[in-house]
Amino acid sequence: MYPSRFRYEAPATVAEAIALLADANGEAKILAGGQSLIPMMKLRFAAPAMLIDINGIAGLDYHHPDADGTYRIGALCRHADLEKSAALAASQPTMAAAAPVVADPLVRTRGTLVGSLCHADPQGDWASVMVSLGGSIVAQGPNGRRSIAVNDLIDGPFQTVLAADEIAVEAVVPAAIGTRAGGYLKLERRVGDFATVGVAVSAEMSGATVSRAGIGLTGVGPATINAAEAAGSLVGTSLDGDALDTAAQLAAEAAQPRSDHRGSADYKRHVVATFVRRIGEQIQRSGQEAA
Amino acid sequence: MSTLFEEVPASFGDDVPVRRVTLTVNGEQRAANVEPRLLLAHLLRNGFRLTGTHTGCDTTNCGACTVLYDGVPVKSCTMFAVQADGHDIGTVEGLATASELHPIQEGFKDEHGLQCGFCTPGMMLAAKALLDENPNPSEDEIRWALSGNLCRCTGYQNIVKAVMWAADKLGGAADDSDDGSADGAGSDAGEEG
Amino acid sequence: MALDEIKIGGLGASRRRVEDNRFIRGKGNYIDDIVLPGMLHMEILRSPLAHARIRSIDASAAWAIPGVRMVLTGEMLAARNLAWMPTLSYDTQAVLATDKVRFQGQEVACVVADDPYIAKDGCEAIVVDYEPLPPIVNPTQAKAPDAPLIRDDKTGQDSNVVFDWEVGDREGTDRAFAEADVVSTIEMHYPRSHPSPIEACGSIADFNRATSKLTVYMTTQAPHIIRAAVALVAELPEHMIRIVSPDLGGGFGNKVPVYPGYVVSILASILLERPVKWIEDKSGNLISTGFGRDIYLKGEMALRNDGRILGVRMHTDSDHGAFFSDAQPSKFKVGLMHSAFSCYDIGAAHLTAQGVYTNKAPGGVAYRCSFRVTEAMFFQERMVQAAASDLGMDQAEFRRINLVRDDDFPHRTPWGFLTDSGQYGKCLDLGLEAIGYEDFLRQKEEARRRGRLLGIGISTMTEPLGAGNSREYDILGIKMFDSAELKVHMTGKALLRTGAKTQGQGHETTWAQIVAHELGIPAEDVLVEEGDTDTAPFGMGTYASRSTPVAGAAVAMVSRKIRAKARRIAAHLLEVSEEDIEWELGRFSVRGAPDRGVTIQECAIAAYSNMPDGMEPGLENNAYYDPPNLTWPFACYIATVEVDPETGVWDVLRVVAVDDCGVRINPMIVEGQIMGGLTEAYAMANMQFITFDEDGNCIGSNYMDYLLPTAWETPGFELHEVVTPCPHHPIGAKGIGECATVGGPAAFVNAVIDAIGDAGVRNIDMPLLPDRVHEAITAGHDVSGAPPVKTEP
Ligand SMILES: Cc1cc2nc3c(=O)[nH]c(=O)nc-3n(C[C@H](O)[C@H](O)[C@H](O)COP(=O)(O)OP(=O)(O)OC[C@H]3O[C@@H](n4cnc5c(N)ncnc54)[C@H](O)[C@@H]3O)c2cc1C
Ligand code: FES
Ligand code: FES
Repeated sequence: MYPSRFRYEAPATVAEAIALLADANGEAKILAGGQSLIPMMKLRFAAPAMLIDINGIAGLDYHHPDADGTYRIGALCRHADLEKSAALAASQPTMAAAAPVVADPLVRTRGTLVGSLCHADPQGDWASVMVSLGGSIVAQGPNGRRSIAVNDLIDGPFQTVLAADEIAVEAVVPAAIGTRAGGYLKLERRVGDFATVGVAVSAEMSGATVSRAGIGLTGVGPATINAAEAAGSLVGTSLDGDALDTAAQLAAEAAQPRSDHRGSADYKRHVVATFVRRIGEQIQRSGQEAA
Repeated sequence: MSTLFEEVPASFGDDVPVRRVTLTVNGEQRAANVEPRLLLAHLLRNGFRLTGTHTGCDTTNCGACTVLYDGVPVKSCTMFAVQADGHDIGTVEGLATASELHPIQEGFKDEHGLQCGFCTPGMMLAAKALLDENPNPSEDEIRWALSGNLCRCTGYQNIVKAVMWAADKLGGAADDSDDGSADGAGSDAGEEG
Repeated sequence: MALDEIKIGGLGASRRRVEDNRFIRGKGNYIDDIVLPGMLHMEILRSPLAHARIRSIDASAAWAIPGVRMVLTGEMLAARNLAWMPTLSYDTQAVLATDKVRFQGQEVACVVADDPYIAKDGCEAIVVDYEPLPPIVNPTQAKAPDAPLIRDDKTGQDSNVVFDWEVGDREGTDRAFAEADVVSTIEMHYPRSHPSPIEACGSIADFNRATSKLTVYMTTQAPHIIRAAVALVAELPEHMIRIVSPDLGGGFGNKVPVYPGYVVSILASILLERPVKWIEDKSGNLISTGFGRDIYLKGEMALRNDGRILGVRMHTDSDHGAFFSDAQPSKFKVGLMHSAFSCYDIGAAHLTAQGVYTNKAPGGVAYRCSFRVTEAMFFQERMVQAAASDLGMDQAEFRRINLVRDDDFPHRTPWGFLTDSGQYGKCLDLGLEAIGYEDFLRQKEEARRRGRLLGIGISTMTEPLGAGNSREYDILGIKMFDSAELKVHMTGKALLRTGAKTQGQGHETTWAQIVAHELGIPAEDVLVEEGDTDTAPFGMGTYASRSTPVAGAAVAMVSRKIRAKARRIAAHLLEVSEEDIEWELGRFSVRGAPDRGVTIQECAIAAYSNMPDGMEPGLENNAYYDPPNLTWPFACYIATVEVDPETGVWDVLRVVAVDDCGVRINPMIVEGQIMGGLTEAYAMANMQFITFDEDGNCIGSNYMDYLLPTAWETPGFELHEVVTPCPHHPIGAKGIGECATVGGPAAFVNAVIDAIGDAGVRNIDMPLLPDRVHEAITAGHDVSGAPPVKTEP
């Protein structure tokens, strides 16, 4: 309940924040929504020497599509902003399905999508959503900006490839070829719980046919899992029963769950398969309704 | 507060960073010197003696510490006091005016939406944020909005009713500006204020 | 004209709660809200290991932190003979560990500092050198021949067995089984759980050297028992100890025992001569304070083909953790476990019970429960469902055949309890009608044909409340009665104090209603106070649903004493003899001349200004109430569910509750108790449990893993009532605080088992996590035991 001492800085610009990070030699942490970092500090699982609070930096709280359909989410865009967004609901079905099931309503008013990606919790929902969408983040450091695919960003449990002096300034979802479809299903023990199993399926549809697909898995491995082979198997299909069975099977194989108090490894694999199939059927149904 | 004297803990070495924060709490300007590690909940409770904000867990799950941060409901145990610098904080103590309870408070009492009362301030503030945004919520919307707040005593059914009661009363007040004594409060025999 | 009892907030009025006026304003006064001048703060360092020898503790770095005032270790306590304290079950418990740690989370050292942040810094700076020992995490391991001895501190303790106990009629039961057409057998585990009030425990000890007085503000459900315990443990004179239990953020049994934090804060205050505050964090509360349940059952029922139960045989193995500190009447080793089957007319019954030590937190508190009746009623109702299915009988019909009939009261249960009243059949029928039983069975069949799994679960039970009757019930030798003191002031306003302690049940509201009922003084004119041992009459506190049955009865009795005196005053004022005085609510009048009368308020002022010659002035009295028997409320809970066959996830469709708790003092509060209890029942069935991995690491030591349901998943409840007054309680009440927590879980579990009945599954142990339900459906076998926790590489 009582964090250790630290130095606190609240820079007004990204550049100042980077300078502070660079000075701190890896001893500093960015404070975004604080909904992962502060709980860890309260339990003294984390005790950074310095916190760099970016909440006072103007202009990072956006989320919007570019003209070409690329979707950008700023580092201070909160889960709740996404949950309540009509624009997101209209254009990003996988994200829209995930936003309401991340944490609880009060955590969602503070927590950020970008912070969640940087936190790299294997049970974090956004990372698998982003992986399914082929999303990336834009990291800014003393030497400028670079783009890192979320798939490459996460290096292990609670580990990213961000350099000690880099800040993630935004997350980016590339424009879709055709129509975006997708969904996110999460098995949780109670609302607001971390995922026992989470499955994100995103598909880009040319008519009834899948032109590009991605599948990300939450909570069933040491880190977010990119079930690329499973996703690949959907390309070119119309999400018919056989195609979904194959993808479901491959996704279950890609999962690396552990047996624990939430459920056995076999069960978690089974749920992965079930969820892949359910989201696939959902996409197919809504495609038919639209047609 | 008097400026003649302020006790500072003798234990503070010069190496302990202390910052001045200035914020609005329930409409009133307040200021304090705080260590950055002080949680907002503790500034409110121990610093400003606004003990209606409770803490019921150490993992950001229970919502007993819910306050309004620029009108948005947050768990004040998961923010640092320094982060409130320049912001507006609303706590349970700010719900009622000198003469009148807020309809949410009346609703909780009238519908028996509390037992031990420990979760109640957080529940009421989460409910207030909901009603500010959605004056006419459905039962499901209420249950969803309160799903970051745990209550061990009531079983929630009466909490939901309490919020509906308040929504009715607030809506009623907007519709016709009569004295508001039409329904709910006062209708039950044996009741007192 | 007679007073309208409802208008003055008497019996039966859904009076809005008085205590709410402060709670809704955020003006409650909970332990952490109290600040005393010069107060210091204490934090506890806990053991990370479940079983280990302590080689050394180095606290020098903690002492060196500016702002740290004191570090207390077991060694320091031992020097003052305080390293161990007695438990409520005649065992001993370590205050701070000296030799070994015996469970993860055990208290090892305490740091007192200027603020709690620094105290925590201090805890972090302490270095403890542990030598790990093999941990024991269940009864089977505890009883293994080569098991390490957990309580090597106790002379004469040469195994991990705490007790062996037997009750009932062994031979009669054997005979019943010999005559049986069918024997139904089932094994189950009631998992470890935690009462977990949202507010954890805490204390502020304030020892004043100048007056020699020790004041302790403390989260306790039983302040007087604590005062006695502190007097014994700290060897202080009892009249120099004042325990104040402020507003409690829930209790549910968690705030009955004495915990090390309390004791050390007291010692620290004595040593430092400053107030010392200890506020437990949630993890500390969940990992170390009194848990509930953790019992394994083997149950057998002897059945006749026509559906009659001939006899019941039960064996339980209970896991008491490292120290036997259950709160329970001293005569019964597993509390009132043997109250099972009290609502059924069965021939014979026999129970054997064994309790063991393990490397888990101590306790076995009665979590929202009268001394283990929760386990008893859960096992009973699960056994009943299994028996009905073994006989191929409808589960409602099977219950109807065996429930005690209305004209059979008083009824002696095979264990010797006397149940005195009830309308069990009526409650069951009302419940079945409310849920639409026949309709649902049809829907269920239809749904099954389309691959959907619906199920219905019933739980009917009576439970013993209101301990005690002092012949049979005592804790540490202190008899289980309760008390009330009523002072009617000159203006007819009154102050009522009892030995109970509200934790959300609304005593401040309901006690005043009893006074209103007995004296006609409007409830709003009665101030109720509890929890301060310097002012409250001696009482045993609030737990085991005993407040209304015992303290509530004392309130009625003291009111009657006041009325008797007021009657004499009335006779004096009206200048007639006492025999010519008649009472109607709030007023005495002259027989035959109803217009000539005086109100209770007029009697009150006369008691101070115009009393008859020879009468002691004043209108005050007290009453100590020793109930003649337990009270026996009855409940019928019915739940319907739908199970997703693909994932094992289940949703509650409807919940119907029929409660007969006798006369309802405040129906609104009664219903609140039922809904709260049903929520905990649902939580137990679905998600709420504490388990341990093979190293003794506690899984469920914070709210991330110890799951309480939210508003979202908690079902709606449909409540119905039947009223059979309690024949021996002064106002006919039976108590309601825990019925739903006790009887509810089986309704949910029975419903899920019913839904997946085709799989041939008899049992899934709680919590019915989706993976367990799914395993049962797909593999067609029972899923029993504490949810497995393996530490995989
Ligand atoms: C009760 C509770 C339940 C939760 N349940 C879920 C859940 O179901 N699913 C889920 O996905 N999450 C859950 N979370 C976590 C929540 O979503 C967090 O908001 C999120 O993981 C982190 O976002 P944040 O903005 O709060 O990050 P912070 O806590 O501020 O930071 C997290 C980490 O990321 C780093 N960081 C943050 N932003 C940046 C940046 N822009 N550049 C570089 N580094 C950065 C920080 O230094 C820190 O190490 C839960 C949290 C709580 C308290
Ligand atoms: S104290 Fe529990 S969420 Fe803040
Ligand atoms: S009223 Fe006690 S926790 Fe909600």
